This record gives sequence, structure tokens and C-alpha cells, in this order.
Amino acid sequence: MLKLGGAVKISSQNREPYLSLISESDNLPRVLSEERLLLYSIGMDYQNFRGLIIRNDEPVPTPYNGDIIRVGPEYNYISNNDIARVNPHDSSIRVLFRAASETNSILLTERCNHYCLMCSQPPIDQDDSYLMEEAFRLIKMIPKNTKAIGFTGGEPTLYGQKFIDLISHTKNHLPATWLDVLSNGRAFQNEKFASDLASIKHESLSINIPLYSDDPDRHNYIVQAENAFDETVRGIINLKKHKVRVEIRIVIHKQSIKTLVSTCEFICRNLLFVDHVALMGLEITGFTRANLDKLWIDPFEYKDVLSEAIKTLDTYGMRSSVYNHQLCTVNSDVTHRYRRSISDWKNEYLEICNQCTRKQLCGGFFSSQIQFKHSSYIKPFVLDESIV
Amino acid sequence: MSKFRAPDHYQQSSKYSLLPFKFIKLDEAADDDTYITVNYAGEYLLVTRKNIFDLVNFNLVPSDPLFIKFKSRHFLYDKASTVSQDLLALKLRTKYSRLSDFTGLHMFVVSLRCEHSCPYCQVSRQSEDREAYDMTEEIADKSLDLVFKSPNRNIKIEFQGGEPLLNFEIIKYIVEKALQINDSEKRNLAFVIATNLALLSDEHLEFCSKYNIQISTSLDGPADLHNANRPRPGGDSYERAVKGIEMARSKLGHYQVSALMTTTERSLSRAKDIIDEYLKQDFNGIFLRPLSPYGFAIKTKNYDKYSTKQWMQFYAEGLDYIIELNKKGVPFREYYASTILSKIFTSNDPGYVDLMSPSGNGIAAIVYNYNGDVFASDESRMLAEMGINKFKLGNVLSNSYKEIFLSDNLLDPLEQSFALSCPMCTDCAFESYCGSDPVFHYAIDSDYIGHKSFSNFCFKNMEIFRILIKKLHKDDFTYRLLRSWGMPHA
Repeated sequence: MLKLGGAVKISSQNREPYLSLISESDNLPRVLSEERLLLYSIGMDYQNFRGLIIRNDEPVPTPYNGDIIRVGPEYNYISNNDIARVNPHDSSIRVLFRAASETNSILLTERCNHYCLMCSQPPIDQDDSYLMEEAFRLIKMIPKNTKAIGFTGGEPTLYGQKFIDLISHTKNHLPATWLDVLSNGRAFQNEKFASDLASIKHESLSINIPLYSDDPDRHNYIVQAENAFDETVRGIINLKKHKVRVEIRIVIHKQSIKTLVSTCEFICRNLLFVDHVALMGLEITGFTRANLDKLWIDPFEYKDVLSEAIKTLDTYGMRSSVYNHQLCTVNSDVTHRYRRSISDWKNEYLEICNQCTRKQLCGGFFSSQIQFKHSSYIKPFVLDESIV
Repeated sequence: MSKFRAPDHYQQSSKYSLLPFKFIKLDEAADDDTYITVNYAGEYLLVTRKNIFDLVNFNLVPSDPLFIKFKSRHFLYDKASTVSQDLLALKLRTKYSRLSDFTGLHMFVVSLRCEHSCPYCQVSRQSEDREAYDMTEEIADKSLDLVFKSPNRNIKIEFQGGEPLLNFEIIKYIVEKALQINDSEKRNLAFVIATNLALLSDEHLEFCSKYNIQISTSLDGPADLHNANRPRPGGDSYERAVKGIEMARSKLGHYQVSALMTTTERSLSRAKDIIDEYLKQDFNGIFLRPLSPYGFAIKTKNYDKYSTKQWMQFYAEGLDYIIELNKKGVPFREYYASTILSKIFTSNDPGYVDLMSPSGNGIAAIVYNYNGDVFASDESRMLAEMGINKFKLGNVLSNSYKEIFLSDNLLDPLEQSFALSCPMCTDCAFESYCGSDPVFHYAIDSDYIGHKSFSNFCFKNMEIFRILIKKLHKDDFTYRLLRSWGMPHA
């Protein structure tokens, strides 16, 4: 798992945090270089850059008046066109955008009106609107040829109009970039909010909304919020009424697996107009670790239920994906929906996986799964030598 | 104390309210206790008599798995979640949304003349008299004016007969004229010719290919059965049909050619043979149709020769065989079942005219007869051949679109054919899978609704619903197979 941020050594004339693009090349016109950080190595023409990222034990060049950010080998992945927040005040950096990644998620807030049993990003009830302000600036800096980005939280729609403004801003500054937004959808029960979002006409926007059960009580229990089911379902209806793309996301665990098939039937009967259904494996992080006894079920034990759920969605022509599972824990009849999905900075494999002939096709594990809990049935696919 | 609340915190309410639903014993004769309960949108559950008793007497509690099933399928709601009412409304709106499209299928009877003399045919004539039985350009023009007055974005023009190929000149005229009008109308315009294929020529196919015209033909079964059902000079109806299917597929494409069968007394013992014939001709499904009680079929007493019960047996045997075929890995389906299964498993009404509520007469399909008479359906013109003009809506030469579509002969039966408000249908568990057939009931009872206790339409459809529901719960394979038949995209 990549380390995206933390304490580093910074020397700077200023105290204010700022965002900066990172350049591997020293051969930039001054109008660009004075806004950027240079990934420095000996012999480079560094003078006109705003700051230098010095890796490992390389000496700091002199004379130089810009910022010096010294990082350890855990940041070796930093490369051209990445964007970092530099905070001289508390001597920290955070990499907010990595050009090499296909899944850059931008955290907009840690506040939330859900308190999900398995939340991977436990909500914190404090003003963190600086994240939103930062997102506006970040969006302007992200390379225009970026394929996809995501907004996540917390619950991004808690910002109300500001959220709508951000989507509009993103459409204008990244017109060719796919945008996934993780939201519980409840705010869209207000049809005006849904139609305001729709009126932006962002052509490649998807609002990804969790619906954990066809039983309202069970859904509300899983997200620990009363009325959540009704508000989410009304939100989905309003978004689709205004032709906004919606994906339904179901994290599979011991509480949701009991109604997984009936939930898929419910979606096909009632919400057939949504665009995609994602069935996702459990990440062992955040609240999940505290609630592990209530949540953990070995994927190998529910693989027939997963097959049945996919069959139902397939029958109704509903597009779907299975995320965050290992190939050896699912039946072969779901492989057409299987996605190698775990974010590149998160996925890892077990030692035993090195023998597996299908490792390249497999999403592997969240590092949290390797660390805390994973299926007991991990088994490498091997070539049958009698056939060879 | 945990900062997380327990499940029962979200499951406080034991009070619930009922949403509209209906129920019936699944198998009236059987000794078992299985009832089917169907909600407003057609979703069903199989339960026991006691389950229904508990439901309506408010004896169910939230922890009861049946409570959750009834709640999720919108038979009941409690105050913790009321969105079920919005969802039910949405499903109902979807189910009836086709109504606002209005008339899509426009049938042109371009000639009553035919070289076949099928005893079950209601309308055709053996005659050389073109003037008496062929559609003229004037009638065609006036009919086309009406076609494009329909608000439907999707317009299908079907050429009927008699044998339409006997008046191919008018088909050419209508197709080209319709396309010309459509230059400015911009509808999704499609054409189909319903023909016995006996007279099919390369010239016909050339034209069909140029304008992407589909072919719908008749195939009643293997040669002996087909030729006995469909006599023509030379006794070679089957040979010509099979050759025509091959020619048409080669020129137009495999899926541009479809076939329909008609059941006669001779067919009743031959369900497998008929299906095998469809397999042999490389069709991927069949519509096992009952004989309709119209025209010559009644006059020649063909209709009385076998009862609906016998036909049910024939249907059930055919359906069993088709399911067996699928179990053996031969994909094949029965289209009447597909129509019903679509209503069972989705909120999408497939728009099959004989199984719509309100009736599809006039508002889903309409017939322009060779002489300009306008009928609410193909069956309506057959009734007119028997002297019953109750469903004649007017004539293209003397009546306007408004007069035709606001005529009492159209509006009265439509108003009375909304099954949800028909006596007995309103209480029937199968109502949302069913439809109305005012023309049929008028033919039998001289009343648009008829008496459902004695209605063969009712008996036949309820039997089929029961057969299908029972099959659905026989085994997983059959459940999945039949469910997939109900899907529009499949």
C-alpha cells in the first residue's frame, strides 16, 4: 500500500499550505516552473522552480531560495504531473493526485449523515470545508487528459449548493474526464437538488449510491440512520427522473448477504432504470474492524448467493460488476462480471498467490484484508499438467 | 456502550397497513393449501391460507420473514418506510405507459382474394374480380393519412389479406408513399407482409430487400397437417411455404422471417410434431395459438369441434415439450407464455393486443379494409363478415380521424374493457397478467364484458396462468428459463 501523505522535512519561507504540480523535467518555461515542484536530481536546472522534492539522501543544491521538501523512499512512486498539498506549517505533504493512477479519489469531507457499520472512512463531525475549497483548486490543476476521477467522503452532498458548484466547476475544467461521486443519495430526495445537478449536463458523471437491502429496516440498521432507505430510494428515483447516471453499490457482508438476492430482485423490479449495480467485497478497515463479528463472512461461503444475485441482474439486462473479490473465491459463472478493481495503491497478494496462473487477472486483496482478515479458501489456480 | 445501535432499534413498528392485493387458490382441484397473492403491480408470492389470514388480520410481526417479504414486494407498509407507495405508483405508471403512445400497428387489407381455401379462414375469397376485392390507390391514400395522424413514434404497417401478394402493386404504392410522407414525419417506420408465400417471387423479395420489409407467414406443422389445414390447388401449400421461408431468409436475413401456426382439431394430438417442424425450419420459438371463434370457423362449426379444455391439454403438452427441449440444451420458447411471463416478472406490458387492459383494439392496432372500412382489430373485421358491425369505426372515404377515433364503437368497448373495473376481473388474482377481449365476448355474448364464469377467454387464460406459476416453482432450471422468457431484451 502506498503512503500518500504524512510528516516530512520541509524548509520554506512561508507557512501557508499550498497545492502544487510536480514536474520530472527541469526544462519548463518560467511561467510554469515557478508554480511547480521539481523532482530533483543532481545536474538539473532547478532555480526557477517553486520548490524541490529531494529524495532519499541526495544533497540540497545551493544557492536556492525555494522550498525544500525532503522525502523518504516510501515516496519513490511520485512522478510527473502528480499533485501534492505541501503544508510547511506542520511539515507534512499529501499526494492528492497521481497521474499514473486510474482511480484518483478526492476526499471532500469526513462529515456524514450515515454511520455505516462497515465505514472505511469513519465520519468526523467537524468543519473540514477547507477540503472543499482545496478541491476547487485541485480540479483546475489536474491534467485535462485524465481519464477518470472520483469524489468521496463522508457525504459530499452535505455541502448543498457548493456541491453542485463543484460538479459544474469540474465539468468546465475537466470536460473529458469521467467523474464518479460516492453519495448516499439522500439529499436528492429533494427533487430540486437532483434537477439542479442534472441541469449541469455533465455527460460523464455517475452518482454511486449504496442500497444494502430490500428490507428498509435492515438497510437503516446497516447505515445506522432512520429514514435512510426511503430518502435514498427517493433520491435514486429523482436522479433518474432527471436522467443523471446512477450506480447502486452493495457492500457484501454478513448483514447484507442475507437479503442480497432479494435486493437484486427488488432493484430489477423497482429501479430497473439505474445504470449499473456494483457488488463489493468488504474492506477490513475503519469501523469494519470494530464490527468484524457482525460483518465478517468468508466470500467462499457466499459464492453461490453471489452467483444467484448476478444471474438475477443478468436476466433483467442490468449491467453489474463484482468488485473487491479474489478470483478463487467466486464461481466461474460470475467471471464475466468480475472486475480487477482494487485501487492500485491498495491491492496486494498473498505469498501463495505467486503460484497462481490467474494472478494477473485477479484484483487481489486490500492490504487491510491481508493484515486482518481474508478468506480461508485462497487457493492458486495451477496449470493442470495432465492437460499440458 | 457501543456507539452502534442494534437491529431492533430500526424495527420498532409492529403496526402496518395493507396495500392493494388479490389472491386465489393456485390449483382449485388440488388438496394442498397453496395460494397465490399478487400485488398491484403484478408481483406475486405463493403462501398458505393461514398466511393470508395472518396478513389481513394484522397478526404478522416485523421479525417474521414473511412480513419482510410482503413488505419488500409491496403488499404492506409500516411507518418506518412509506416509499413503497411511490414505487408501486411508478410500476403502475410504467405498466400503462404504452397507452399514451396510441396506435402503433396499422393493418392494410390490400386484397381479400386468396388462392388458398383454408376452412378456418374468416375472410378470404376465391375470385378473379380485382375490382371487387382489392384496395385502390384512393383508399390507400386516405388510410395513410390516418396512419400518420397517430401520435405514436413507432409505426408498423402490416399488409394483410386474403393473400396480399395478389395485389402487390398497391403494396409497392403504399410503401413508397409512406416513406415519402415519412421524410417529414420522421417516425420509426417498419413494414411487414403477412403472406402464405405460395406466390413469392424474386421480384417481391427484391422490393422487400430494398425497403427492409419483414415477412410473416403461416406454418401449421409438418407437411401432412399443414396441407390438410391449408388446401390450395395442387395441395402443395407446405412445400411452397418452406421454399418461400428459405428464399426470404436468403434474401432478407434470417430474423426478417417469422411464422404463425393455427390450431385445428387435427393439430390437437400433434403438439410435438408441430414444434419439431418449427425446429426443423430453424425457428427459435412458436406461438401456440388457439382457434378463434370467428367467421368461417364458426360457420363451419370448426370451433365447436373441440373444446377449450382439449386445447389446454394441447398447450400444456407443447409447453412441457419445449421446456424439455431447453433442458436438453435446445433453446426454444413459446411466445404466448413469454407475453404473460413478461407481465409476471416486469412492469413492462408487451402490448399484445388480445391481452391488454384496457383492450388494445384501435389504440394498439387498427385495420384498414380493402374497401376503406376501418376496424378496431383483425377480429372486428371478421365479425363484420358475419354481419356484426359493432366494431366498425367508419370508412376512410367518409369519416375523419376524429370521427373514427371518437366513435362510440371504439370508446364504449375501451371504457368497458378496463379489467381492473370489470365484474369478477376486479377480484381476480390474475388480473394484472390478463387483459380484455371485448370483440370475443361480443361475438359470444353480445356484450363487451360477458359473464366471466362462462367465458372461454377467462377459462383459457386462468388455466395458462396457473400452469405457468406451477411450472415456475417446479425446479430452479424451469424458474430461470421461464423468467428469462419474460425479458424484453432476451
